[in-house]
Amino acid sequence: MTIHNLYMFDRHGVLMYYGEWNRKRQSGMTIEEEAKLMYGMLYSIRNFVNKMSPVDVREGFQCYRTSKYVLNYFETPSGVKFVMNTDLHSQGVRELLQQINSQIYIEYCVKNPAYRSGETIQCELFKTKLDELVKQSPIFKG
Amino acid sequence: MAIYSLYILSKSGGLIYQYDHTSIKVEVEKTFSYPLDIQLTEQNKRIVVAYGQKDGINVGHNLLAVNGTQLNGTSLEDGQEVMAFLANESNYPVSLKFGRPKLSTNEKIFLASMFYPLYAIASQLSPELKSSGIEVLEADTFKLHCFQTLTGIKFLIVAEPKQMNVEHLLRRVYELYADFALKNPFYSLEMPIRCEQFESNLQLLLEQQEKSGVNTV
Repeated sequence: MTIHNLYMFDRHGVLMYYGEWNRKRQSGMTIEEEAKLMYGMLYSIRNFVNKMSPVDVREGFQCYRTSKYVLNYFETPSGVKFVMNTDLHSQGVRELLQQINSQIYIEYCVKNPAYRSGETIQCELFKTKLDELVKQSPIFKG
Repeated sequence: MAIYSLYILSKSGGLIYQYDHTSIKVEVEKTFSYPLDIQLTEQNKRIVVAYGQKDGINVGHNLLAVNGTQLNGTSLEDGQEVMAFLANESNYPVSLKFGRPKLSTNEKIFLASMFYPLYAIASQLSPELKSSGIEVLEADTFKLHCFQTLTGIKFLIVAEPKQMNVEHLLRRVYELYADFALKNPFYSLEMPIRCEQFESNLQLLLEQQEKSGVNTV
């Protein structure tokens, strides 16, 4: 089990943070371009899911899996989006993303007066705490 | 356990076959007094609930009927605009029927061709080497399973999240496609499939699968 990478987008689609742990393949474009492509895909998937669903959706899109990885998606009501790529056997990634939101993002970014929303996260404390949490999680170790 | 629908996409992303197996009707009828406590807007020539969910009427639902008569787009049977009708206090109390809009054929074609780039981007953004595109897409209300053949045809099945053995079912549908669509001399590739035998066999397969929920080869 392993965690590949993490994207955080705000509600306007700006890439707030990108973290990488075990990534074996680079996409061959800059991270800005990659983030735009990723956000565009997520936006389309959300639309697609809303239309395709036979009944009314509550949370909507949760994750997709390919032959090699799983993309887990978590969105807060305020529109902050967390995207984490893991391998096929990881479980409980959603809970981890919720933890990242409540224990790391809220604590070290939202409660930091120097942090301006709509910009890339620069706080060192956020980065170290996030790295700690991810590396401690059983999904990363396993 | 339920299988909602099946889509077959050609190599170039066009929809060549679509079949709705189980469809769920979401409709609510309710009598309202003046003023309306839900907010409606006009969207794509439909009246849509914009705000104020209650009693099973959710945001995104369309207005289907007023006082028991079906709507004609955004106007009533006599040609009067619905929004103007609902703004007039003398028309109340009024009985309104709301429901989740059913996909039109055009929308289905649109959605099918939307899946094609999603599949491709998923493989392009992969952090691992040699990844395929989306195989399973999960939402809270359904799960979409996709099987791509070596020749690039995609079979999509939309099913309940708990439905088992969909991968196996997809391969069986592929078999049916190979047997009844491809061996049909009147069928040309990349064109919509219109073949009675294919359709009847498919229905049989889906019904069997739903009842047993397990392998029936």
